[in-house]
Amino acid sequence: MFFSTPSGMSRRHFMSHMLGASAMVGASMAMNHTLASAAATLRANNKRCILMWMGGGPSTIDIWDLKPGAATGGPFKPIRTSGDVEICEHMPLTAQVMDRLSIVRNMSTREADHDRGRYYMHTGYVPNPNVQHPSYGSVIAHELAEYRKELEIPPFVSIGGASEGPGFLGMSWAPFNVDSNGRIRDLEMSVNEARLQRRLSSLQMIESSFISENRGTGAAEHAKVLDKTLQLMTSQQMSAFNVSQEPTAAAERYGTTNFGRSCLLARRLVEANVPFVEVNLGGWDNHDNIFPTLQDQRLPELDKGMSALVQDLTERGLWQDTVVLWMGEFGRTPRINGNTGRDHWARCWSVVVGGGGIKGGIAVGQTNEDGTQVDGPSYSSEDLMASVCQAMGISLSTTFQSSNGRPMKIANGGKVIKELFS
Amino acid sequence: MQKTSSDIQSSPLLNAVLGLAFVLAGTGFCAAQDTSLPSVGVSTAVESGSVLHVSTLGVADVKESARIPVQVEKINELVRKSWADFNLSPSAPETDAKWVRRLYVDLLGRIPSPAEQSEFENDEAEDKRAALVQRLLYDERYTLDYARNWTTIWTNLLIGRTGGTANNSLVSREGMQKYLRDSFARNKPYHTMVHDLITATGSTKPGTDNFNGATNFLADKVNEENATLATSSVSKLFLGLQIQCTQCHNHPFNDWKQDKYWEFNAFFRQTRALRRFVPGTDDIASAELIDQDYAGESNNPEKADLFYELRNGLVKVAYPVFVDGTKINPSGYVEDVNRRQELSKLVLGSPYFAQSAINRMWGHFYGYGFTKPIDDLGSHNVPSNVELLSYLAEEFRKSEFDQKKLIEWLVLSEAYQLSSKVNPGNQRDDPTLGEVPQFSHYYIRPFAAEELYESLLLLTRGPSEESNYQTTEEQKNAWLQQFSREFGTDEGDESIDFSGTIAQVLMMFNGEMVRAATRADGGGVLQQILQDPKTDVRVKIERMFEAALARKPSRKEATAFLQLVQSSNSPVEGLEDIWWALLNSNEFIFNH
Repeated sequence: MFFSTPSGMSRRHFMSHMLGASAMVGASMAMNHTLASAAATLRANNKRCILMWMGGGPSTIDIWDLKPGAATGGPFKPIRTSGDVEICEHMPLTAQVMDRLSIVRNMSTREADHDRGRYYMHTGYVPNPNVQHPSYGSVIAHELAEYRKELEIPPFVSIGGASEGPGFLGMSWAPFNVDSNGRIRDLEMSVNEARLQRRLSSLQMIESSFISENRGTGAAEHAKVLDKTLQLMTSQQMSAFNVSQEPTAAAERYGTTNFGRSCLLARRLVEANVPFVEVNLGGWDNHDNIFPTLQDQRLPELDKGMSALVQDLTERGLWQDTVVLWMGEFGRTPRINGNTGRDHWARCWSVVVGGGGIKGGIAVGQTNEDGTQVDGPSYSSEDLMASVCQAMGISLSTTFQSSNGRPMKIANGGKVIKELFS
Repeated sequence: MQKTSSDIQSSPLLNAVLGLAFVLAGTGFCAAQDTSLPSVGVSTAVESGSVLHVSTLGVADVKESARIPVQVEKINELVRKSWADFNLSPSAPETDAKWVRRLYVDLLGRIPSPAEQSEFENDEAEDKRAALVQRLLYDERYTLDYARNWTTIWTNLLIGRTGGTANNSLVSREGMQKYLRDSFARNKPYHTMVHDLITATGSTKPGTDNFNGATNFLADKVNEENATLATSSVSKLFLGLQIQCTQCHNHPFNDWKQDKYWEFNAFFRQTRALRRFVPGTDDIASAELIDQDYAGESNNPEKADLFYELRNGLVKVAYPVFVDGTKINPSGYVEDVNRRQELSKLVLGSPYFAQSAINRMWGHFYGYGFTKPIDDLGSHNVPSNVELLSYLAEEFRKSEFDQKKLIEWLVLSEAYQLSSKVNPGNQRDDPTLGEVPQFSHYYIRPFAAEELYESLLLLTRGPSEESNYQTTEEQKNAWLQQFSREFGTDEGDESIDFSGTIAQVLMMFNGEMVRAATRADGGGVLQQILQDPKTDVRVKIERMFEAALARKPSRKEATAFLQLVQSSNSPVEGLEDIWWALLNSNEFIFNH
């Protein structure tokens, strides 16, 4: 509880009605709505998604698609797993849950700059100066909002990193950023009920007068975010962020690292029915000295958190409803450079996906002997996003209207990766 | 064209605070045609008391127009031309009260105090907008504010919001800011400043031997990864060219090849940042930026090369060549050629140099530049108003890169006087809808984090309270860190989770600064308004509106808020609650 007054219930009730953004901004909210297909809207939808974002561009040739013996292969050895794939020897715990995860080894993209790659992998669109596209979390939160009317906390949470923004969907679909400890600042307003009421009714009056002056859409967006904040301040669901309530054993299972805590917090949030959570692990931009960095730092942290998350979701009966996606902005060069590092490489690399009904234990596609190109067909960010939407029960015929009036297909019209659904 | 002479004034306040000596020179609005490179000494123009005349719409009064900088008329002409081309009717001029708030935020990075606000509103002179611009730019009462704001803006551009905040960073944030503060306080010409930043040598930290704060720009950008960060920062910031795209492959949108990147990169290969440790520890005390002989990757200093790899695995060689194809002596011996000195000359002489500066400044005052993104002027990205951009670039060069002059031209132009309220004839001029901005109205924008902080600080502080500059900066940094996010890449990308987020609303609802600002006994502006024995509640409410929003309450608001105060436990409590609501409103938090 965030308020000590015994009248918490009435305060909550009061605040949730005080600043109804919909009442304040009226028709302008209709601007972005989607033309979802009728079939999709009739189904209940309890799907959630956790994105493990590996900032910097992880070396997938050293983790998920090893090339032992090739000049490009590096020193790591492949090991067998519980699935029908082999992965890096420094991922032994994840190897035990690979029956539930699949590797897409034939990703091929064109964006090898961090900013552009991060944008493209998060949105399915290449950066365009005139349109800001919504990221995974904003799209999914927006599409599943109607099935989560009881949800009072933000539907898109990013833990330990910035994610990408809501684009033309508007700031009310922006990621809510928290650190891995889940602490949120400034939640309490220490005034009594009567004063709170005066404050909010005064605010509403000024806020709507500025909106009505027709000075730009930002004014109404601000009101919507006020509304979301009020809802969050009074919600008991906020206890989902309280990761320190977890027993020590759980914390140790995930690893007492930022990433471990973030994964544990992500599990608490999807348990509370938050539809999209992004978990960040940075430090993959290994231009120098890559192998010791992976072996001693990145991979042990990743292995522990990732395997614990898959196992925990399974044990709690959440696996069938939770899509888990692991990726960064691109892979790294097969060629090992002069500083024993690998540079940016988008032409062929891997992502990992599972849960939510997605088939586990397989490798989709393949790269050639030294990992320098895809053998056979390849997949793009759009295809991956379409596949995640498919698993989330979001219709691929969903079309948004961007702020400049152009229709935009969800996942940029990508094609589902069919191997993941057979 | 009139030449104004300036009185030479000493500035005891400034000298005391910054330890500066002014070298003064008078220049007119259209300065000499001399476009040569900067002399090392800094000449500073201080306009004091010369008053410009500008009517509300800039050019209406022909008789007065002689005293308006000619650049203003030309800007008006070119902007109007684009309104006509796109069939847009401009918004009405903004009220004086709203306009003064806008100017303070854009120029000084904070809202005006109630006293400053009313000083302007009560001024009956016809040319008071121009006079205020003169005051904010040249009156020594505002020098510190001006220097602080532009130091903040440039610190974020040069080293980011997190630069120098990590343990063992090579960068001294304090050193960077000291250099910038001195530069802006003296109105150092832009090309001199950029020359300093590109070529600096010396120690990063104030108080050490050989201190040169300008070194902090490159201190952590030259050692790692063959100076990748130095390459991309210098080209993006000072030329508006995104050559970092060509580091690994040919540019996707224009005809640049990979060699462009590595030839530019070669200019930084003589430069190193040496660590200076705290004696007896591994802690970095400071860094020393130096130029040393570069032997090249084939160990032939007379022709010092570097190698890079094409995507097909072929290896090529590169020597320093500027983006326009100008080659310099490839020797790696500093005695033969100092590569950064050469680079600075080439950058300063490039047409992109002035254009990128104009684009950024225009973007600062008008919300959008002539290209999106603002630091991408490559041939694939045609500016929206080429004629205006080129004209201003040329004038800026002619003025010997006088930043205050440039600001004067921009904020006295007609488009800057316009209201942000749109009309049916310019509703579609909306860049948030992906339209190319035509500046037919002011575009509202949320305060940057630092602008909000400084504005809240102003409202919290008493009228005569002085604050220690360094302490205030440190508190501001600590406050900002709660909103900073990093992306986990080697390039140190970062973002600020601020404008329009729940985190920001929570901070404004419940955070310490707003709590302090909304206490009737907190010593701030609220207390000053409430304590005035000569005013009744109705007038107090009016004062509060003026202080926060630069307008009086509407009749409806006045009635409602008066009732609200009457229904409160005490008038003070009611007024505190109204103040809270004012500060939390969209109208407060947007520059509009």
